[in-house]
Amino acid sequence: MKSLKLDYRQLPLLATFALFIMMYAFGSTRYTGFLSTQVFLNLFIDNAFLIIVAVGMTFVILSGGIDLSVGSVIALTSMVAASLVMNAQLSPWIVIPICLLVGSLIGLGQGCLIHFFNLQPFIVTLAGMFLARGLSYLISVETIAINNPFFDFMASSRIPLGDSFISISVVIALVVVVLAVFVGHYSKFGRNVYALGGNEQSAVLMGLPVGKTKIMIYVISGFCASLAGLVFTFYMLSGYGLHANGLELDAIAAVVIGGTLLTGGAGYVAGSVVGVLILGIIQTIIVFEGTLSSWWTKIAIGALLLLFIVFQRVIVIRSKVKKSSVT
Amino acid sequence: MAKSKLFWPIMVLVFILVFNLFFDPSFFTVEIRNGRFTGSLIDILNRGAPLMLISIGMTLVIATKGIDLGVGSVIAMSGAVGAMTVTGSPEGSLTPLFLAIVLALGVSVLTGVWNGVLVSRIGVQPIVATLILMVAGRGVAQLITNGQITTVYYEPYKFIGGGYLLMLPLSIFIVAFVFLIALYLTRKTSIGLFIESVGANPSASRLSGINSKNIILMVYMFSGLCAGIGGLILSSNVASADGNNAGLWYELDAILAVVIGGTSLMGGRFFLTGTIIGALIIQSLTTTIYSIGVPAETNLVVKAVVVLIVCLLQSPEFRNKVFGAFTRKGIKDTKDKGVTLS
Amino acid sequence: MQEQKTPRLVMEGITKEFPGVKALSNVSFQLFPGEVHSLMGENGAGKSTLIKVLTGVYSNDEGTVKLEGSPIHVANPLEAQDLGISTVYQEVNLCSNLSVVENIFIGRQIMKKGRIDWKEMKSRAEEVLARLNLTIDVTKLLSSYSVAIQQMVAIGRALNVSARVLILDEPTSSLDTDEVNQLFGVIRKLKDEGLAIVFISHFLDQIYEISDRITVLRNGELVGEYMTKDLPRIELVSKMIGKELDAVSSNRDEVAKKERGEVLLEVEQLARKGSVEPFNLDLHKGEIVGLAGLLGSGRTELARLLFGADKADSGEIKINGSKTKLNIPKQAISKGIAFCSEDRKAEGIIPDLTIRENIILAMQGINGVFNYIPKKRQIEIADEYIKLLNINPRNPEQLIKNLSGGNQQKVMLARWLITNPELLILDEPTRGIDIGAKAEIMKLMISLSKDGMSILFISSELEEVLRTCNKIVVMRDREKVSEIDNGKQVTQQDIMKQMAGGVV
Repeated sequence: MKSLKLDYRQLPLLATFALFIMMYAFGSTRYTGFLSTQVFLNLFIDNAFLIIVAVGMTFVILSGGIDLSVGSVIALTSMVAASLVMNAQLSPWIVIPICLLVGSLIGLGQGCLIHFFNLQPFIVTLAGMFLARGLSYLISVETIAINNPFFDFMASSRIPLGDSFISISVVIALVVVVLAVFVGHYSKFGRNVYALGGNEQSAVLMGLPVGKTKIMIYVISGFCASLAGLVFTFYMLSGYGLHANGLELDAIAAVVIGGTLLTGGAGYVAGSVVGVLILGIIQTIIVFEGTLSSWWTKIAIGALLLLFIVFQRVIVIRSKVKKSSVT
Repeated sequence: MAKSKLFWPIMVLVFILVFNLFFDPSFFTVEIRNGRFTGSLIDILNRGAPLMLISIGMTLVIATKGIDLGVGSVIAMSGAVGAMTVTGSPEGSLTPLFLAIVLALGVSVLTGVWNGVLVSRIGVQPIVATLILMVAGRGVAQLITNGQITTVYYEPYKFIGGGYLLMLPLSIFIVAFVFLIALYLTRKTSIGLFIESVGANPSASRLSGINSKNIILMVYMFSGLCAGIGGLILSSNVASADGNNAGLWYELDAILAVVIGGTSLMGGRFFLTGTIIGALIIQSLTTTIYSIGVPAETNLVVKAVVVLIVCLLQSPEFRNKVFGAFTRKGIKDTKDKGVTLS
Repeated sequence: MQEQKTPRLVMEGITKEFPGVKALSNVSFQLFPGEVHSLMGENGAGKSTLIKVLTGVYSNDEGTVKLEGSPIHVANPLEAQDLGISTVYQEVNLCSNLSVVENIFIGRQIMKKGRIDWKEMKSRAEEVLARLNLTIDVTKLLSSYSVAIQQMVAIGRALNVSARVLILDEPTSSLDTDEVNQLFGVIRKLKDEGLAIVFISHFLDQIYEISDRITVLRNGELVGEYMTKDLPRIELVSKMIGKELDAVSSNRDEVAKKERGEVLLEVEQLARKGSVEPFNLDLHKGEIVGLAGLLGSGRTELARLLFGADKADSGEIKINGSKTKLNIPKQAISKGIAFCSEDRKAEGIIPDLTIRENIILAMQGINGVFNYIPKKRQIEIADEYIKLLNINPRNPEQLIKNLSGGNQQKVMLARWLITNPELLILDEPTRGIDIGAKAEIMKLMISLSKDGMSILFISSELEEVLRTCNKIVVMRDREKVSEIDNGKQVTQQDIMKQMAGGVV
């Protein structure tokens, strides 16, 4: 039995993997053409930006916080990029750092408000969400289409992988994931995030740099959101204030389905990636089905959320019962 | 306590209204036109009705240390049910209207039961539990309307949101009615005490013989009901149902209104009157932005700034840091003169 | 001999003022290497403020702190730790969602090539804990271990920082005797290694067992510093409360002679898996029954079953001769049972509400939603009990979170007394409150029992149990082991023998 004994922390993650494989198997048996490398890789291509956002969101949720501003930051980034490239005719090499700076600064502002004035992350990032979306409308209410060689290149180049291909965005997303996994497990900052999510008061008394960590978490989330905004802009080749409307919900859903406890303190970046892939596969199945309307995506995501949230509860209750019977 | 909590919200509201006076000297005038009161103030009350309703429900949920993110979706669902029930109904009969109201509110209360059961019986965190409905509810609303924007031609349905009573919009009466009921229930029965005690310390409340599970279930049902009424008003206003966009971001506006009104997101003490003022602040902002001719989208930026200012003013840390230099002296001075600051 | 050593830590003329309160005024404290120094005082004496100044949670308004002769300014807990000043708190302040290794090292992880060296940390953690005679799987989550072990891990963390000063803030509150002995073994070992230890506890026995020197504070001022062996207990107590001690005079003869009323409560084979083995008890009207036992003996768990806070699996409860089911607190309350939980903060007070609202809560709970007590009547009730129980402040509209522990406890008592219970269950009502309030609460218990109320009194302080109870029920390992009629001949040792079991 001992070798089979699993840490209850890892159960949600395993369930996530199992679910992904089951859904993939379901799709493969039901639809011809589903079981192809390209369909699988498309999951990454179509959701590269969501993976990047979810990585940032994972850190936020691990710390016990939440970031509702990410969808709007994506929209703002796309607007900033589009207006600077098209209207101001700046080189992409100047535009990209500016875009990343915008997201990081919004994150920095949110983190500072949360830490220094002890405001709730929920309400601060809600304000951030309004602000970022409002600012993108201030730039322009209309869509700005991007017509620029560099952006075209980023959008259309394909990196062959056997018979199939991936996009540059996928590479960016995977680099972010690898970095995040390393930071989460092997850096002091990453461990501080877990400690903060476990018990903030203890973290303070243990002398951990709680303030710095908190602020940094939101900077990272803001940075990830603006990077995702760039990737999204490559994908859409336009800037628009309505881009990525409600994306924060998808990101939160992906993180939860990926096995991270919404109360913070337990979870893995890798889980969130699988969470994104599960959201992607739902959409793929609906596309392959053909007759299903798009709103079924929302209902399916809702159902999965319910499943995972109740599952998390059961695990938490179980582990409590186990503990109380020991003492 | 309650009075001081209301001080800043009222000041902000007055400031916004007076600010309007500079752009439109007739801002405060209320005229009788076609046998109805008209004017910007009436307009703010009328248009703010759904938000006020939803914020009342949200206040009680937040007081139990909860949050209801599903209200926007409930608005969409309630509107969809209401509109779909009356589409194609004959003009003469009022039966479809009542049927629509009963069905729409029934569905709304059911969503409250759903949230309440998840939170109180299964023990899911409120923000998570209601997130499910926030995501899935909109899908369900689209399912009901079949993804179309359904237009209603049945006249009586338009009365809910557009009708007039005693020369005033009906919606104002609906809000007043719900507000008074909420006030009565929380001040003249022990529900208010129970909500506050459950929000501040659930296990102590249980040991004091309070059935906190039922209290929690009840506030989510009430919140669902309020959202349902709001959804009917909104759908009736535009005589249509739009599963995708009806009530979009209302949950956030409502939370905003509650927070501006002085109720802490940490649960416990709640202030219904403050919430109403909070909702009015949000609505007057929107109206102001339209009336002074700034692009409507600026609304979001202004809202963000208002949220931050209100939250900062309520944050003890902020007060200490910014007014810290005066505080020690201030306390002494006010004590001597018998004046209370904020 | 220690007088000739140079002190490791000297705090001089420390003053700390909060708006409206002078928490510390001109307090001095010195600590020598290789000694255990107890800091004593009632609640509000300034113990925890002094500790917080030392560990950088607060900054002092006046005074100096010197560590090994050189002045230090500690801005936050991290700086304190870097200087070698570590604190272990009563509620273990570690992160239970992390592994034991991580809890020992977090903040100062061992890095190799820019990444955390988990392997090295694991073996170092095992070494550190071995110093404390603890061999456990350090990769498991902290939450999978008992509080006692978590506390050891907290000490391990402090030691790993190469501590020079170790502060133990009420470390024994949630430990049983074995665990306390184990902890004391570790403290003695560390003392011999030359560590300077500050020990804070409410238990006098433990203070006298472990400490070499005692500093007494009262109302934010220094009363004095004494060698433990030169200070009789009774003197220590009187120095703490600042008056000669007569409030706690014994009335045991009265307690022993009292006649019994009719049977109020009959418990037969009441049990709950994993917390209480089948249990029998008869409780008479006007009787005070003490429930003694170590932590984990099942005493609180039994009380919770009697109140319906937890559900019993089997057994029977009869009240006034009729069989009753108690599945939720509300049922118990309506049957005339009241329960004052040991965890006042988590299960007692509603911090944001006023004294008045806290007092009427349970009564309103039985009255239900619509039978609302008018506000005027609420104020009358509150005023009456504020006077009766001598609750301070007198204003019923004061928020309860602003009250001292003793006054909060009195409000809890008021909450239950207004429900007019036949059976009052008090779980550690005197824990963590000052001696004056303790005496008042015991006096109240005796007078209530004279009026016919039955009381089930759970306490770790055997002296209190002996002073107030007619009958003492001893529990061990979730089982009732004996029932002793109180009287002059019964001593603390008698009860302790039963609690400990086996050959003592």
